[in-house]
Amino acid sequence: MNDEQSFDIVETKHWQFAEPPNELPLRCGAKLGPITVAYETCGTLSPERDNAILICHALSGDAHVCGRYSPDDPEPGWWDIMVGPGKPIDTRKYFVICSNIIGACKGSTGPSSVNPKTGEPFGLDFPMVTVEDMVKVQHALVSRHLELDQLLCVIGGSFGGMQALRWAIDYPDIVRCVVPIATATRLSAQAIAFDEVGRQAIYADPNWNGGDYYSGNPPARGLAVARMIGHITYLSDQSMHEKFGRRLQDREDVGYDFGPPDFQVESYLRHQGGKFVGRFDANSYLYITKAMDYFDLASDLGGAVEAFRGVKSRFLVVSFTGDWLFPTYQSRELVRALQANGVRVSFCELESPYGHDIFLLENPGLEDVIRSFLANAQEATG
Amino acid sequence: MGVRIDYEYIEAHIPQGARVLDLGCGDGALLQRLIRDKGVEARGIEINEQAVRECIRRGVPVYHGDMLEGMSMFRDGSFDCVILSQTLQQALNPAQVAREMLRVGRRSIISYPNFGHWRIRLQLLFGGRAPITKTLPYRWHDTPNLRVLTVKDFRRFCRENGMRIVNSRYFTPAYKPAPAFAANLFAATAVSVLEAREAAPK
Repeated sequence: MNDEQSFDIVETKHWQFAEPPNELPLRCGAKLGPITVAYETCGTLSPERDNAILICHALSGDAHVCGRYSPDDPEPGWWDIMVGPGKPIDTRKYFVICSNIIGACKGSTGPSSVNPKTGEPFGLDFPMVTVEDMVKVQHALVSRHLELDQLLCVIGGSFGGMQALRWAIDYPDIVRCVVPIATATRLSAQAIAFDEVGRQAIYADPNWNGGDYYSGNPPARGLAVARMIGHITYLSDQSMHEKFGRRLQDREDVGYDFGPPDFQVESYLRHQGGKFVGRFDANSYLYITKAMDYFDLASDLGGAVEAFRGVKSRFLVVSFTGDWLFPTYQSRELVRALQANGVRVSFCELESPYGHDIFLLENPGLEDVIRSFLANAQEATG
Repeated sequence: MGVRIDYEYIEAHIPQGARVLDLGCGDGALLQRLIRDKGVEARGIEINEQAVRECIRRGVPVYHGDMLEGMSMFRDGSFDCVILSQTLQQALNPAQVAREMLRVGRRSIISYPNFGHWRIRLQLLFGGRAPITKTLPYRWHDTPNLRVLTVKDFRRFCRENGMRIVNSRYFTPAYKPAPAFAANLFAATAVSVLEAREAAPK
């Protein structure tokens, strides 16, 4: 394979809509507008406009799903393992779209954006946005801006999977197939608990200042701790054992002090926390984790089974044995609700010693099922 | 396993466009064939991950899990036909499986190996060891078959579990038809189409 074809060169684009007085009504009752959506596309739309795949990112993701910004860009998109030329989501075959969710901080409107009413960043004046609202914005981008009247597939892992489920429910005539990975129809108490600890770490940082910190120092310590907690939930006992064990960090013996990290696992968490602070906004972390906590299709839509009434898409549901943050029983519950509605669904629980974040890592099983499911879906529904 | 002779019989008993559930569907070969030839609305349930991945590759909708748990997800009468091919003898709770099959489906098709075949009887009588045959090629300690049944046993099992045998076909070890009257002696494999007996008064 020559270098020109081994990855795509992509760029982030921005689209603005919901200009006043046509603001977007949100589930919480507030209205939001104008709204900027950051998005990227990759691959070529077919003349029939029937090969578009929307990828929904998870908690800390962005629109940069695959490819690179320039030939010498060292850092590819967050799901470059899965998406690109010749990869399971093959950009030679499919037109891939990924947009940054509202409430986030990677180019789409969120709490760090300027509030047009005050000329200052929103902070906590930003309205509470839900998964339903995020999907509504994605739908506006797809149908109004990109002018597509169908999507071959909506696919996402974790929080992205929740968005994919909402797509199937809210836009049954647009979505031909859906691939929710390592996700659930509602967040478990355990996962809400971890989210809350992360938020408490941010609240406890004096720099947070009730969300009003954009003119000073951000709550970096709080956000770093939140991220460290997140990373623990993405791993598993076995993956931590394999990755770090009790190995020491750049030292022969433990320090018997509270200075630099003793263990590699401590160093890893500190590194991940520190790295995250440089690229993420603490208020966005609060808003997005809240949206995740509030996600509950059964209570929003009159029952677990009722929620999927009218769904027409084909489904491939995937979970992992080692994922304790979104355990397999949640995927089975999802499949149960889909089966009860006569939806054409496949379910596969992939064996994995790793934790929740396995869907972002190299994984032949996931690559295999996604590649073949998409090929069959395109053939059958095209 | 090698050739699945019961395929053709199963296929012959499935109407065009039927809704079909295959329990323990393996790599999905049967369902793929039924989708292609009969335009059926297919679902499979399979416990093995590699086989599930093969089903997805073949475009066969499959549920990765236990068959009783998988069936519990379907409403009553979701299928025209539920297939259990060479798996009854591996089920932990065969009676429950058979009842669930006739709850989610109008008809069921069950194929099973017959332990009453004369070669097996002779092996046990003269050899004094647990029999090993082409249809049942395992030794006692490595067999996936938890249960040993004969054609006679199966008939009684159906009677006792409210099932009516609508049609049966029997095959010798060489996959030739075996006569129904002497099936228990000459059949290595049996296939039956079943329906629920008229709803008994409660």
